Amino acid sequence: MTVSYTVIVFVKQVPDTQNITGEAMTPEGTVNRGALPAIFNPEDLNALELALQLKDRYNAKVVVGTMGPPNAAEVLRNALFRGADEAFLLTDRAFAGADTLATSYALSCAAKKYGKFDLILCGRQAIDGDTAQVGPQLAEKLNIPQICYIEDVIKLEKGKITAKRAIEGGYEVLEAPTPSLLTVIDSNIPRPQNAMRIMKFKKAKTKSELIKANSTYTDANERAAEEKRLEDKDLLIYEWSAEDVGADKERIGFAGSPTKVKEIMSVVLTATDTKKVEASEKGISSLIQELINDHTLG
Amino acid sequence: MENYFLDNKDLQFTLDNLDLEEAVKLREHNFGFSKKYDHAPVDFKDARDSYRKVVSVIGEICGENIESRSREVDMCGPHFENNTVTYHPLTQQNLADLTKAGVMGVMLPYQYGGLNYPVSIYTIMTEMVSRADASLQNLFGLQNIAETIAEFGTDEQKNAYLPGFASGEFDGSMDLTEPDSGSDLQSVRLRAHQDPKTGQWYLNGMKRFITNGCSKIHLVLARSEEGTSDGRGLSMFICEACPQLVVRRIEDKMGIHGVATCELQYNNVPAQLCGQRRRGLTRYVMSLMNGARIAISAQALGIAEAAFRLARKYASEREQFKKTIDNFPPVYEMLATMKTRVTAARALLYEATRAVDLRAVYTHLCDTLPADQLTQDIRNKQKYYNKLAALLTPMSKALSTEIANSVAYDGIQIHGGTGYMKDFNAERYARDARITNIYEGTTQLQIVAAIGGVIQRDAEPRLKELMSLNFSGKLLRLKDKVATMLEKHLKAIAYDTEKKDSAYHDLIARHLVENETFIYVGLLMLRDALLDDSREAIAERYILDAEPEFQKNYLKITCGDLTLIDNHRDVIDY
Repeated sequence: MTVSYTVIVFVKQVPDTQNITGEAMTPEGTVNRGALPAIFNPEDLNALELALQLKDRYNAKVVVGTMGPPNAAEVLRNALFRGADEAFLLTDRAFAGADTLATSYALSCAAKKYGKFDLILCGRQAIDGDTAQVGPQLAEKLNIPQICYIEDVIKLEKGKITAKRAIEGGYEVLEAPTPSLLTVIDSNIPRPQNAMRIMKFKKAKTKSELIKANSTYTDANERAAEEKRLEDKDLLIYEWSAEDVGADKERIGFAGSPTKVKEIMSVVLTATDTKKVEASEKGISSLIQELINDHTLG
Repeated sequence: MENYFLDNKDLQFTLDNLDLEEAVKLREHNFGFSKKYDHAPVDFKDARDSYRKVVSVIGEICGENIESRSREVDMCGPHFENNTVTYHPLTQQNLADLTKAGVMGVMLPYQYGGLNYPVSIYTIMTEMVSRADASLQNLFGLQNIAETIAEFGTDEQKNAYLPGFASGEFDGSMDLTEPDSGSDLQSVRLRAHQDPKTGQWYLNGMKRFITNGCSKIHLVLARSEEGTSDGRGLSMFICEACPQLVVRRIEDKMGIHGVATCELQYNNVPAQLCGQRRRGLTRYVMSLMNGARIAISAQALGIAEAAFRLARKYASEREQFKKTIDNFPPVYEMLATMKTRVTAARALLYEATRAVDLRAVYTHLCDTLPADQLTQDIRNKQKYYNKLAALLTPMSKALSTEIANSVAYDGIQIHGGTGYMKDFNAERYARDARITNIYEGTTQLQIVAAIGGVIQRDAEPRLKELMSLNFSGKLLRLKDKVATMLEKHLKAIAYDTEKKDSAYHDLIARHLVENETFIYVGLLMLRDALLDDSREAIAERYILDAEPEFQKNYLKITCGDLTLIDNHRDVIDY
């Protein structure tokens, strides 16, 4: 069976907020990554699972990508262990300090660099930032349709996707032309890592890891040959810098991030009730007024 | 995230120190498989790294998924209607998880889709599965069936069945027991006859207490030689589920509720002979049972581990007389004994699997090497590990399954009244543990299987090897204690041998096997303390607790008391 569709899944390595071993925040107000073991962002696992189900159903090719420091290759290997076919790591010091705007721009460059695809799947949101913005922003930058809060794909056809999206108290079925982007919620049970795939893909490496593991390379040809050998066995994790994906330096990393953290507070939520706002002009105006009054907006 | 491998210091220690290099190197054909299969290891370090990664994944599946489903599985069990068994949906999910993780053919050769792992690694998995849900181990632990086909089947049979086992598509059962043939399998009656025209075999008769008897693939022990009545008239057959093979009922058991235990009726079921005629019991079933005994030993150990942990947790939380109960000597004594027993059973289990792994590779060499390459050294090793495995397998099964019962029993005791209620898993562990020292041969039969090796001193080279390790200080003093036990043990064996009284011998066999176990495990515990000094206390505990027990057994063996043999009827029938 030939490959029918290409699905890119964007994933993120995040600090495990469930298993905190020390102070979670630094005195400077940033996340203390040393105290938090790095894990696969949970909803990204759901996105990957949905992609792998499309592989099972339609023989789709599943490509997994992430942006992060060199050791974020770990999360890509984890995806390969579960069934992903290919992986790429977007890594460059210039990407560091990115907010959602700069991140989605960088990912859009990577998606364009990858080439043709039918779907991009993202987890709804990451447990470290909880913004749920990167997926939708990425779709905007690629100028493709987006459907968020997906529970399941009903059907994938040439040029069209039909998917089930969660809404309050139920779900709705939506269609979109492809390529399009879906963000996926905690709606499936991610498959475990597979023993045989672990045995094979634990040897998958990025170029940097290859160099690190074989510091004895005397010339570039030798390294290129090793890279080729890994690629032939599907064991090469593509590694792209900002330059590789043709990203505008002004739009990535800290420089490209208008978001500035002003203050971090530990807020203990006390309200137990939810408040329903009428879906009308009047309801929305009163909500906005309320938010302005308590300085959430404005 | 619960992970039954990463939360278990002793199990990690076991894997990290398992002396498997020799077995793995031979099993991997000197790592030549790596040229053909991308996932095969290139050296031992690579292999061990894969084992660690894979058992960690299984540890997570056990701790996260399987454990959380185990209560409902225990309460509901499988459904039986119209001669059809349907496993509980959660049991099916458990199997799906393990299938997706690709561990349904752990020991099978690469060519059939297996992982070619040694039994030691498979045993780590079965132990963890059992800790989460003992009844699931009865399904996951049936991989010995595929192993048996891999070892004795024809190429055609291997190609027909093994890939299905490895992918999880096929499940199996070992159809041995009959209403009148339990421990005494030589008397099996299920009849196999061959159509003289076509050569096709057919099976007719009954089987009882068949674990997962609703399986797709059955290995059946049947009487193929008309007019015989002993073990040499039995052959082994493979048959598939079909309308002629009827599941008549499933048993309502005390424990291991998640798995169906079936009564089967064979109405002219077409079957294939597996291996040679007449060797069904003597060769194949003995091999199958030995594999299963290791699996049950691991099942028992998994239950014991779970029972200990639950009791430990409860004792550290439950307050009485203004302090937690683990501060009271009678309670911490129980906890320390439980922990020591679990650790001891694990040490012996993986000593046994190591011998089984080495036996497997040397037997394979003996069977396949051309005569000019088959050295005396290889032959000697095959003989040695064959004897060692034959001794350690029943010894380990007897130890693990008996301690599982005592640990589960004490687990309830520590919970007090709460432990008697179904709100806690303590009572489930006791119910599940209770079968382990009965099936795959009762403890009494394990003693029969082990006593010959004890008398023949089959483990002597290994004991000497362990005894000669470089102990000092406290460990040396403890080793001297074990050495004193060994001296006495040899005297006791000589006493029994000289007595030449078979009834007396049968009576004291258990004490002899137990004493051999105390010595062997004592040395293993000392070896481990040498590798990691934080294990000194537990080695000391084991040996100091063993000493008086050993002495009691020694006195019983050497007292020469024949009164029970003479008077037991008067006692029993009063």
